[in-house]
Amino acid sequence: MALNKDKRMAEEQAEFKQQTKQILKRFGRKRSNLIPILQKVQGKLGYLPREAMLEIAEFLNMPDIDVYSVVTFYNQFRLNPPGKHSIRVCLGTACHMKGGYITLDAWKRRLEIEPSETTPDREFDLDTVACVGCCTMAPVTVVDNKPQGKVEPTKVDGLLLGFELERKKQKPGGQLPTDEA
Amino acid sequence: MKTVSLTIDGNKVTASEGDKVLWAALDNGIYIPNLCALRDAAEPAAACRLCFIEVEGCSKPVTACTEPVQEGMVVNTKGANALRLARTGFELLMASHPVDCAHCASNGVCELQIIARHLSIKLKSKRFRKLLRELPIDSSSPEFVYDPNKCVLCGRCVWICRERLGIGALGFAYRGFKRMVTTFGGEPIAESSCHGCDECVLACPTGALTLKDQHGGVSRAQRQKDPQPTAP
Repeated sequence: MALNKDKRMAEEQAEFKQQTKQILKRFGRKRSNLIPILQKVQGKLGYLPREAMLEIAEFLNMPDIDVYSVVTFYNQFRLNPPGKHSIRVCLGTACHMKGGYITLDAWKRRLEIEPSETTPDREFDLDTVACVGCCTMAPVTVVDNKPQGKVEPTKVDGLLLGFELERKKQKPGGQLPTDEA
Repeated sequence: MKTVSLTIDGNKVTASEGDKVLWAALDNGIYIPNLCALRDAAEPAAACRLCFIEVEGCSKPVTACTEPVQEGMVVNTKGANALRLARTGFELLMASHPVDCAHCASNGVCELQIIARHLSIKLKSKRFRKLLRELPIDSSSPEFVYDPNKCVLCGRCVWICRERLGIGALGFAYRGFKRMVTTFGGEPIAESSCHGCDECVLACPTGALTLKDQHGGVSRAQRQKDPQPTAP
């Protein structure tokens, strides 16, 4: 099973490389193309895996750390694969005052990940945002692009339970999803 | 090359045309605090905000590393306004720097100690709340230890690794308070493209990069836990 997993990962990496190369064909080897390339690659792959960053650095003839530097500088770029469900905790001024950090802590605790990380089963990814524009509902969490208002820790549990039930519905018998060998 | 003469702190000095005031002062034995300045760099980084000077005819203090020398220029490195800016900059820098000089390998040669003495302020400032980063120490390289907590982000190591040596193992990552000098993907230095040439260690003004064979380069407890071959 572990071998299978390694094989799957190697295949995935080769796939990432291939797709990055495909995208790079459309660009010139100019340093100024770095951000447009990163945007296109992330648009295709959902995030910026290591292999893609190395490929881009080689293409633009710059140290790979420079690519990493830009990727970590902008919030727009992800280093982790996106989860099936996206959790965006608002930490804007109003949400901050109404306990946005408590909400964030609740998500962190329940999902056992830090902001900008993805759960190992790739179900959820967690991130923070600075104001989504519905401050009357503070503290806000945007779950799968739908703003949820007054998200207290109990509501976090409620939202997660909703996803759990949905998953059980899709898998009749209510068994937990297992890693197929 | 044409030379220009100027006055720094009442001393008549000469410098080559196009030179910056910082280098003219340092070459003539007049110290101006600085961390990010690199003589060979094409453009001054002007990032550390410590080399403030007052120039006669300028209403505001200017950074010595970006100010070109001019004929008949009168420079004062001890002006109250310039020192106030430099002190505040330094105190802000120290607000996220762990001050544990007694256990630091750079004790005595640390440029932060030199600057504090020059500005006659304490390393432990009470003016700003202490906010430490608490990042893990990287002792993977056989040559040196990297403690990002002690890093002041001057960028000397980054510049040397990339521009002078053309390696590019080190660089900046993240933004704001999380900004740090790191390798690609944040991997341990031993697994990066680092050649172990130690040039970055020699450039580091603080205890962030220290040689392993230097006495106390690694704390004793750490050395027992993580035995590493010392440099030849």
